[in-house]
Amino acid sequence: MAQKKIDIKQVRQVAKLARLDLSEAEISQFTGQLSAILEYVEKLNQLDTANIEPLAHCLPINNCLREDNVKQSLGTEKTLENAPDKDEKFFLVPKILEDSGGF
Amino acid sequence: MTNIDYKIIVGLEIHVQMAAKTKMFCGCELAFAAEPNSKVCPVCLGLPGALPVMNRKAVEFAILTATALNCKVAEFTKWDRKSYYYPDLPKNYQISQYDLPIGSNGFIEIPVPGGATKKIRIRRVHLEEDAGKNIHTAGPFSQVDLNRAGTPLMEIVTEPDLNNAEEVKSLAIELQRIVRFLGVSEADMQKGHMRFEPNVNLHIKKDNNEYKTPITEVKNLNSFKALEKSVAFEARRQLDNFLETGECLQSGNKKTFGWDDIKEVTVLQREKEEAHDYRYFPDPDLVPVVVNEKWLSQINSRICELPLGMQKRFVSDYSLSDYDAGVLTSDKATADFFDSSVKAGGDAKRICNFITQTGLKIANEKGCSVAELGVEPDRLAELAKMADSGQVSATAAVTIFVEMTQSKEQPGRIAEKLNLIQKSDAGELEKIVDEVIAANPQAVEDAKSGDKKSKKAHGFLMGQVMQKTKGTANPQVVAKILASKLKI
Amino acid sequence: MSQEILKLTCRQLRDEIAKGEIKSSDAALAVFAQIEKYDGPIGAFLNTFKQDALQKAKEIDAKIAKRQNIGALAGVPIAIKDNMCTTFGTTTCASKILENFRSPYNATVIDKLLAADAVLIGKTNLDEFAMGSSTENSGLKKTVNPWDKSRVPGGSSGGSAAAVAAQMCFAALGSDTGGSIRQPASFCGVAGLKPTYGRVSRYGLVAYGSSLDQIGPLTKNTEDCALILNVIAGHDEKDSTSVDEKMSPMCDYLAGIEKSVKGLKIAVVPQLFEGADSEVVNAVKSAIDIYKKSGAEIIEIKMPHFEYSIAAYYLIATAEASSNLARYDGVHYGHRTKNAGDYIEVYTKSRAEAFGQEVKRRIMLGTYALSSGYYDAYYLKALKVRNLIRSDFTAAFGKADCIMMPTSPTTAFKIGEKTADPLQMYLSDVYTIAVNLAGVPAISIPCGFDKNNLPVGLQIISPAFAEEKLLRIARMFENQTDFHQRRPAL
Ligand SMILES: [Mg+2]
Ligand SMILES: [Zn+2]
Repeated sequence: MAQKKIDIKQVRQVAKLARLDLSEAEISQFTGQLSAILEYVEKLNQLDTANIEPLAHCLPINNCLREDNVKQSLGTEKTLENAPDKDEKFFLVPKILEDSGGF
Repeated sequence: MTNIDYKIIVGLEIHVQMAAKTKMFCGCELAFAAEPNSKVCPVCLGLPGALPVMNRKAVEFAILTATALNCKVAEFTKWDRKSYYYPDLPKNYQISQYDLPIGSNGFIEIPVPGGATKKIRIRRVHLEEDAGKNIHTAGPFSQVDLNRAGTPLMEIVTEPDLNNAEEVKSLAIELQRIVRFLGVSEADMQKGHMRFEPNVNLHIKKDNNEYKTPITEVKNLNSFKALEKSVAFEARRQLDNFLETGECLQSGNKKTFGWDDIKEVTVLQREKEEAHDYRYFPDPDLVPVVVNEKWLSQINSRICELPLGMQKRFVSDYSLSDYDAGVLTSDKATADFFDSSVKAGGDAKRICNFITQTGLKIANEKGCSVAELGVEPDRLAELAKMADSGQVSATAAVTIFVEMTQSKEQPGRIAEKLNLIQKSDAGELEKIVDEVIAANPQAVEDAKSGDKKSKKAHGFLMGQVMQKTKGTANPQVVAKILASKLKI
Repeated sequence: MSQEILKLTCRQLRDEIAKGEIKSSDAALAVFAQIEKYDGPIGAFLNTFKQDALQKAKEIDAKIAKRQNIGALAGVPIAIKDNMCTTFGTTTCASKILENFRSPYNATVIDKLLAADAVLIGKTNLDEFAMGSSTENSGLKKTVNPWDKSRVPGGSSGGSAAAVAAQMCFAALGSDTGGSIRQPASFCGVAGLKPTYGRVSRYGLVAYGSSLDQIGPLTKNTEDCALILNVIAGHDEKDSTSVDEKMSPMCDYLAGIEKSVKGLKIAVVPQLFEGADSEVVNAVKSAIDIYKKSGAEIIEIKMPHFEYSIAAYYLIATAEASSNLARYDGVHYGHRTKNAGDYIEVYTKSRAEAFGQEVKRRIMLGTYALSSGYYDAYYLKALKVRNLIRSDFTAAFGKADCIMMPTSPTTAFKIGEKTADPLQMYLSDVYTIAVNLAGVPAISIPCGFDKNNLPVGLQIISPAFAEEKLLRIARMFENQTDFHQRRPAL
């Protein structure tokens, strides 16, 4: 059988990127299933697309802009309504130790 | 001793918050210090099903800035998603611009010592949304406030053309001036409207070889002082590190530092577990931005004279010092106010003194600009003329100026009301001088003596005249009369 | 009485209610009686709103009694796929991660239905986050096909299709990213329309593949598709990808629906019939013959890139999904793990605990397709092929008014039949996916039954923004057949 399209190590790395704490069983199952799917999508390489533009969107529209007018926000109470953990005014998460903030 | 010669290389990334009323992709109000999580809606909270719609003003502000920074404005741009997980980033992707920034290949001229300027190339200007804030003061938790999430930002990236900490600071200040002149940002450092990230390394010549030290990025600096000091610190640290370890730039050894404002040192940040892989791809919820000629010229018709050009003009046309011209052009309203006052006939140096020595102080106390003090430029010019002609003394002129910011009356009326019109009538003044001479024979003798006491005695006699006239005598006229009477 | 009401279409019911012949409250009561009686085994609904719906129905009856103006769907009980946000009830996407999520806002389509005086009766089951073709991927409930309870209703709008087929509502909204309206419509013997991308606002539709998702109706016939499209279509300033009036002026899809299309040219792609079950092929071919007998011209064409649509779709849709679903992280809303040691584990464990296998699989695939080093080979390549696929449609519509083909290669398959092999499940979307990649509209209508008395769907595809004509073409078939009137024995 040909080499797998994606190996266990790569699947682990992708799970990390996707923030999924997968079990060992899932990792190995996904390795097989994703390999099969990636094998299948190889068929795209039958097509020469050297001179084809990528089509991210079907619609020929652009510049959908809104005016800079203030709209009602939800307010603190509604904003926090679905929060799994919160105090009076904030969402809470376990303490972030390596905060670098912003971009 | 080894012969060491090195050059500091710095490229700067600057995030500038735009002076729009609402966020980049939703109608939530941009409000400083609002109740936490009160300015949040389904869009900026990243709720399921919510969709972004671009703020026209933010897009136009970015185009305006790109043009002012001599960039090529892209005819076609789009939005991309930059993926990473962080609690202050509700969608876990930031909407930004990746391969097609709205502006590219520009430059900014910055003042350097000696009155000269230096061109720093601008690599790109792009638009993006800000994240919220994580707060780490609540025991074992971090608190998340999303009021800032979605705030429209411009990210401006320079080429590594800066060669010392002073230049870096100079660029930051110049950029602050420009965005304020354009009205695209309040650029208030206290409110975090400008944040800096310098990328620093050294090119070292040693024993006829050139070595490059690993690039470090210092994150999230929000004052000019921290920016300048961190670059200087990094340069020293990198030199020491190189001399000690010989470590050189390689792919993958770029490091990220934070800045400790108290110890004034850079601090290495713990590296994330996996390498950054932002997985940029075009945001399918947004459509492209196409900037045609018509729109571009409409936007660019709003471009004004830029601060550095204005500063140079004030020096060459009005003979101001470069320092004074710099102070006057630190914000557009002040610069325009000054310029209009001079154009209304006021003497440039005198108007400059009114503004820099008195006006800025009052404006500062009131928390507004000099232009907002309620003094019309032509009134200020009038006051300057009164002072020039000796109608009022220089001191009285300042008193009148202060009064003008409160009463909105004409300077002449104020001068009359406060009895500040100078007596320049030679006949009237001569009588008073004669009285003073008659009453102070000793001083007159001393003044005439020509020795050390002379100057002091002369001043005393002047003072007596001024006292008798309650300060309203024109000192120039008095001095003339006194001199002729004493024949010195 | 109540059984008689249930047989009506939306249009008929609305007219009866408007005339005062039938009370909206009676229609709502009939529907809830049907749900109480049959939805136990069928499992179409995740949530129903009996109190609120009856209240709303009473209000409409009062309006009619007072001769006030009423909306186009006045008093008509309608069900909503549970991936559209409603301020009433929960909006779960059939996922444990949103099991208790209450939206503070309504999707635009919901506001439009309410403005048209529809009575919204409940939220229907789906494949988790609309990822699937059988509704077996629901994280919350199992739904079966009303025609045969050992079979799937199709997916991902399986709950909506089953609810319409079992007369537990008069119409339902679904969403279609790769066939999720048309395929379950086909499996359940109802009409299902996927409008042109951009025709209906996506605001409040929980995103799966944003450049492909589109909301549309599942109904008893094409007339009702037109009626509902009239209500939900139109520009929405909250959705940057919804088309404006300039590009596509509003029109009344219902007004001219009985007009047949003169000189109708139908394109068929003979190779595409090769992959389908013979009973499906026969039903679809006889349907096309009916059109031919009414004077339509049949043109054989090739669509050389059609066969690449599944491969392109599963890269594009999953790439978008991996990003769209990043927000479900247990921080601001939704399920949060109880076992997090630090904030990173809030992400990794909440997501691992609450997402189902198919969702995880697609997130993994999409993350990989976008990751550094693979973007060009997978995601970008797929976008280029997408362009080629669209050009196939452009070429086809240069020659014909529409393209006809099966909606699905098979009739409803057995529960569990394809769950072991995800790729086999993906391949069952062979006929529907290209339509989403090209952004064009398509409808599935019942055109026959196989030997197991399972419905077969005819898919009709038209150029972008040609829904008006598309509905007329579909209506022509209904006017000559009665497949759309058959209902399963429950
Ligand atoms: Mg950035
Ligand atoms: Zn908002």
